[in-house]
Amino acid sequence: MHLLILAILIPFFAAALIPFLYRRIGKLNIGWFVLIVPLALFIILAMRIPDISAGDTIAATLEWIPSLGINFSIYLDGLSLILALLITGMGSLVILYSIYYLSPYDSLPHFYAYLLLFMGAMLGVVLSDNLLVLYVFWELTSISSFLLIAFWFHRKNSRYGAQKSLLITVFGGFGMLAGFIMLHTMTDTFSVREIAASISQYTDHALFYPAMFLVLLGAFTKSAQFPFHIWLPDAMEAPTPVSAYLHSATMVKAGIYLVARFTPIFGGTSAWFWTVTLVGLVTLFWGSFCAVRQTDLKALLAYSTISQLGLIMSLFGMGSAALYFGDGSDGALYGLATFAALFHLVNHSTFKGALFMVVGIVDHQVGTRDIRRLGGLISFLPITFTFAMIGSFSMAGLPFFNGFLSKEMFFTASLNSASLPIFSAGTWGWLIPVIAWTASVLTFVYCMIIVFRTFLGQPQLKKLDKKPVEPPIGMLISPAILSLLIVGIFFAPNLLGDHLLRPALGGVLPGMAGAAPHITAWHGFQPELWMTLGIIVIGGILYATLRYWKKVYSLIPDTWTFNNLYNRFLAGLENNSNTLTSFYMTGYLPHYFAYIFTFFVLVAGGTLVFTGALSIDFSNDAPVKPYEFLLVLVMMIAAVAILFVRSRLTSILLNGVLGFSIAILFVLFRAPDLALTQLVIETVTTVLFLLCFYFLPELKKDRIPRNAKIRNAAIAIAGGTTVVLIALSVHSGKLFESISSYFENSYELAGGKNIVNAILGDFRGFDTMLESLVLFIAGIGVYTLIRIKSGKEPKKNEDK
Amino acid sequence: METLIILLVGVLTAVAIYLVLSKSLIRVILGTAIFSHAVHLLILSMGGLKKGTVPLLGEEAESYVDALPQALILTAIVISFAVTAFILVLAFRAYQELGTDDLEEMRGVNDE
Repeated sequence: MHLLILAILIPFFAAALIPFLYRRIGKLNIGWFVLIVPLALFIILAMRIPDISAGDTIAATLEWIPSLGINFSIYLDGLSLILALLITGMGSLVILYSIYYLSPYDSLPHFYAYLLLFMGAMLGVVLSDNLLVLYVFWELTSISSFLLIAFWFHRKNSRYGAQKSLLITVFGGFGMLAGFIMLHTMTDTFSVREIAASISQYTDHALFYPAMFLVLLGAFTKSAQFPFHIWLPDAMEAPTPVSAYLHSATMVKAGIYLVARFTPIFGGTSAWFWTVTLVGLVTLFWGSFCAVRQTDLKALLAYSTISQLGLIMSLFGMGSAALYFGDGSDGALYGLATFAALFHLVNHSTFKGALFMVVGIVDHQVGTRDIRRLGGLISFLPITFTFAMIGSFSMAGLPFFNGFLSKEMFFTASLNSASLPIFSAGTWGWLIPVIAWTASVLTFVYCMIIVFRTFLGQPQLKKLDKKPVEPPIGMLISPAILSLLIVGIFFAPNLLGDHLLRPALGGVLPGMAGAAPHITAWHGFQPELWMTLGIIVIGGILYATLRYWKKVYSLIPDTWTFNNLYNRFLAGLENNSNTLTSFYMTGYLPHYFAYIFTFFVLVAGGTLVFTGALSIDFSNDAPVKPYEFLLVLVMMIAAVAILFVRSRLTSILLNGVLGFSIAILFVLFRAPDLALTQLVIETVTTVLFLLCFYFLPELKKDRIPRNAKIRNAAIAIAGGTTVVLIALSVHSGKLFESISSYFENSYELAGGKNIVNAILGDFRGFDTMLESLVLFIAGIGVYTLIRIKSGKEPKKNEDK
Repeated sequence: METLIILLVGVLTAVAIYLVLSKSLIRVILGTAIFSHAVHLLILSMGGLKKGTVPLLGEEAESYVDALPQALILTAIVISFAVTAFILVLAFRAYQELGTDDLEEMRGVNDE
């Protein structure tokens, strides 16, 4: 098995091992063992960097369902490698951090098992070449995210957030699956690479655009793009390490990865360019707009994550234009956007991871994340403050941090797209840099809120639950590493650019890896620089005057939010299904019987009529003697009479008439064993009926409405007729020879001259044994029901 | 003969269905008992009636009637007896506990 296939499976195996390990290791935190997994995987993957940056790709296949074209095939190129390194690298840091963050009272084995499950699934998503395998892993990430959000499941909000994220992402996932199947219908393969190679023949196919939008639906729901972003703020109920890992660094990037992965397939079309770019820009703006009003630091970070994901998404949209031009100077011009997207993808994971960890530290050390209760923490948590500042300033796009570089590239790309000569960008293209700039101003404002409202100003120690002190050193290691990366990438961006981003660019825009620019921090007094300066000035003013213009937020009524829409939709769904269910699940036995018999008549009778199986042939009948006819007549009269009698005794006796007449019929039909058994059983049954009726009330007149009676009669007659028709048809036609003649050798085979006995006692002896078991069970049931004490008293308590 | 028995089966089935659909638990139980009668006759008539002699090899006859349906019915008779006995006792208990044999009144309360 290839090492990379193993890399996907190792986290799953490790997750399965955790419960056993947990019992063995005693006091040592299980997290230390878990940490080995991502660290080892990170090293394995990092060793591939030289090969990949040289332009190689690695592919391996493990057959799963080859007849359906579904194979466990993996493919490692630059794009997958970046994501895989993020998953394992951030995974290591987050696990290290969580060892100190989680309290020993939390259920650690669950936490780490879910986390490893997620890690394996996420690696599966980014390494799979087969669409259906990718889909399976994709849904597994949704499930592990659900489990992790609901980790503190005793909280109502955790359960709500978990359900919301699952419903929205799985809804999108289903759409994506439909898109994948459409792609398969078009191209007859599930392999992403093969589809990308042959898609140019299918751009006119009727399914091309539906498939595109369905795949995008999956990507947008997963990456919390407008208007599906509403699940991400509620997902913040998860423990902070989870938020840092799943809901900012990795899982929410799965949608972005999907867009990047499908750019070679759908990119270069106007629909892809505008959908991805606009959805990204709207998300960018709306996320940053909402982030400013938040008072909970984690909610603020959630909206900022939404906003930054929108930024990356829009960059991938803009970059897809390069595929229209192909390999050339124009292609390189627009391909810059894709490069910026990949760059920002990495940068965002570093600074947002650091910020989440900082917020986690504040929450952990102080007991609150509400900025109205925080302030002045700089003197108590100076190290944490440093990390917060580095992370926020990087996110705001200030110099000396990696965010500055990718932000400037973002502006360059948006300006390039504004003057795009295709896709009718001339009319609306100017909107792109305007939205980008406005959203960046708001980004600057909320970044300042994070730093200044938390760490500067007057300390409000009375409002805090604990006296703030720096956390244990172990909690600071991970944010320290990330902060070093933030600064390090600024000073040596091309190390990252040449070794990881360039090959990844080739993965998104095939054949254009050479278009990767050389990253520089200073490129003269260009428009981008003025845009950054404008952000700092305007953003600064807006931050200072925040309390005057904050009224803007109350302009939107609360009832108009997407959250409200979601809640209403869910409540309506529950109500309607409840109404529908209680409409037919009435709790009234005759109704259920009526459904069953009507269904029987419709299905069995309908099949009989529509398949033309109905045939009636009397020629094979045995002759009827007059006394036999009389006997049957008596039985029919007795049966019908049961319907009309009022007395219990009469109805029991009439049932007895039926039973004993059947015994006589058995005699006539050469079945002495049956006749004997029937006589005995019928006698016992009649006695039993009489015995029980002694305890049961007198039969009342069946007080059911007349139309119900007619309906019941109709069902009964229809049922009887169906049985007659089926029986007649079966009797008239023989499909194959009867197997009964085999049993006529019973003397040779079983040593019995009575064939019926030989069948019961020998040929089907096992059935007879189980039959006596049934009798035994029924006997136990009867005995217990009679002996059991009346449970009236405790039952009443249960009801309440 | 088979057609006659099949018609009888039809009448028995219709009566049984009507009883099972009624409100009174006792009638429902009677209905199930009649159901089993109907099914036994149905199985027997499907094997063909009076096509030979009793399925005892000692008879040394030309042909025997089909023994397989008889074996099946023998099992069915016993099982249906067990089921009838069980439902009867169940009805008895239900009446003791709830004070009614009317299914309308037995309608389950919402358990939430």
